[in-house]
Amino acid sequence: MTPLHSYLLLSALLFAVGLGGALTRRNAIIVLVGIELMLNAANLNFIAFWRYGQNPQALTGIVFVIFSIGVAAAEAAVGLALIISIYRHYKTANVDQIDSMKG
Amino acid sequence: MDQIFVNLKDWLVALFPAGRQQELVSALISVAALIGTFAGLFALTTVLERKGLGRIQNRYGPNRVGPYGILQPMADGLKALTKEDVVPRSADQVVHFLAPLVLVAPVFLALAVVPMGRNMAAVDFDAGILFFFAVGAATELSVFMAGWSSRNKYSLLGAMRAIAQMISYEVPLILSSLAVIMIAGSLSAVTIVEKQAGYSGLIPHWFVLTPWGFAGFILFMIAAAAESNRSPFDLPEGESEIIAGYYIEYSGFKFALFFLGEYIGLFAASGLAITLFLGGWNAPFPFLTWIPSYVWFFGKLLALIAVFIWVRGTLPRLRMDQLMNFAWKFMLPMALINLLTAGVWHFTPPGLARWIICALLVFGPYVALGRTLFESKKLAKRTYSYAE
Amino acid sequence: MSATFVMLAVLTVVSAVAVMLLRNLVHCALALAVTFAGLAGIYLQLNAQFVGFAQLLVYVGAVAILIVFAILLTRGREPPLQSVFSGSAIVGFGIAIVVFAVLATMTLSSRALGMEKPGEANASVAQIGEQLMTRYILPLEVAGLLLTVALIGAVIIAMRDKEPE
Repeated sequence: MTPLHSYLLLSALLFAVGLGGALTRRNAIIVLVGIELMLNAANLNFIAFWRYGQNPQALTGIVFVIFSIGVAAAEAAVGLALIISIYRHYKTANVDQIDSMKG
Repeated sequence: MDQIFVNLKDWLVALFPAGRQQELVSALISVAALIGTFAGLFALTTVLERKGLGRIQNRYGPNRVGPYGILQPMADGLKALTKEDVVPRSADQVVHFLAPLVLVAPVFLALAVVPMGRNMAAVDFDAGILFFFAVGAATELSVFMAGWSSRNKYSLLGAMRAIAQMISYEVPLILSSLAVIMIAGSLSAVTIVEKQAGYSGLIPHWFVLTPWGFAGFILFMIAAAAESNRSPFDLPEGESEIIAGYYIEYSGFKFALFFLGEYIGLFAASGLAITLFLGGWNAPFPFLTWIPSYVWFFGKLLALIAVFIWVRGTLPRLRMDQLMNFAWKFMLPMALINLLTAGVWHFTPPGLARWIICALLVFGPYVALGRTLFESKKLAKRTYSYAE
Repeated sequence: MSATFVMLAVLTVVSAVAVMLLRNLVHCALALAVTFAGLAGIYLQLNAQFVGFAQLLVYVGAVAILIVFAILLTRGREPPLQSVFSGSAIVGFGIAIVVFAVLATMTLSSRALGMEKPGEANASVAQIGEQLMTRYILPLEVAGLLLTVALIGAVIIAMRDKEPE
């Protein structure tokens, strides 16, 4: 069967892909998407540790992921609302051009 | 008689060697039975709907193919299969191709958790109702894919309307089923049906026969009609305004798939309504329990479909702002109050007092909300202006 | 490794990479939905049924749709020929690769290497509900408050300002 480290490697890969996207893409929405991917990678770790842990009856991993999903949904809603309002102001969603606070 | 299909399946599965192979065969049989039954029911419903609507509109409906036009679905199917499949040149080919598949696959998946008879649920998930709503979420994505990939303004408008409508009505849909889940104390469809078994005298223990269950059932049916884009909530495809909404650019078999997906979605929603409120496969009277359970389920399903057809033939289409106001100002508060009522019902001792309290809790807000919303409209007497 | 896991993992990673590389933003959003669905599949494979379905419901049903709406609302007059990556992309890619290398080495040198499942583990809905209502009742209330605040906040931020008379 599948050993624990394959889940951890998958999660690390997803985290790196999300991080890469968040650091390199120009569009603010895709940056937010990268952050969502990193959150999901962390969730995968929680589930994997719950399943392989010594005490699965405690359900800590499961409950943590449930909260994480709820908070991530709230974060996505607020983040996208911010991006839309920034877009209205600057007429762009490009993170390179939103630099009016630059000295 | 009651277990004939279950026994048939067990017999077929036993023909194969035990282990993984049997599991696979068992799953395949369930899937084939589901798809076969509901595709057949879809064919039957299309012709019944057209005949029923014809009768409501004082005409005959299809009556050319076969006796009483009963073979019309065959002709329709052949026509859809042989028609040219037109894809607009500027369309996004891959997404345009995938959209109908993304619609049809999840609605069949959703049917899998609905128990259609005693021991006749394809799968009994511990979180079955959640599964139903989770796979239902993919239909919104499919609608968007269809509307966006067609590169047509009307398609995109239709898709946006459809998504706005589906998201708005998903909230009362889930909240109204939550009342049942709370009382039954389970997310498994099979357990919910079992909780509704039994009779007090002649009256079955269906959830629809309680104040909160009745209100929940009405809310659920309205929201289900909106979720599956049925009239009077069929704005996304309002042909008088935006031609056919998100499936303008679909023709031939892909269009037929959309049509199929929409109907199967309707069956799934009705099936869930039966499971949650109408006692699933339980017989309505204790002396009728000798009739097989699946007959009751499909009888109830056809009855609900008939209600949908009747509503479609009777009510005019809503306007977009009316649709949204109705969802957020009426359905959502009523669903929340209904949830509260279910809680009160659970904690009051059984008896007449409980009935009166809960009925007042549901009916009072209903009257108050209706009055407020109606009076804020400042409706004046309608004046007609004729063309000169 | 089981075949189910390999298939789901490949699906998830490929679509995640597609999200980050595709030029068309709507394609990105659709690939993101595939990633979320693949992750839900992996949760199901790990016996976490409730979380898997919740993942589908919340991410595919709500977050992906939100992102699609945001993309359509912010489709600007930007020149489409510009590269999708920002000027300092190389540094970003470098950081991502380094992070993955560190995480992978840590994983491969940890006790997790080759660890197998300790028997059956299941999280029934009833168990999760009981935990949420007893041990985690305070976090649950806080999460509810947070969601309400986020709901109101998102509406107010995205609301169009009233034009001055």
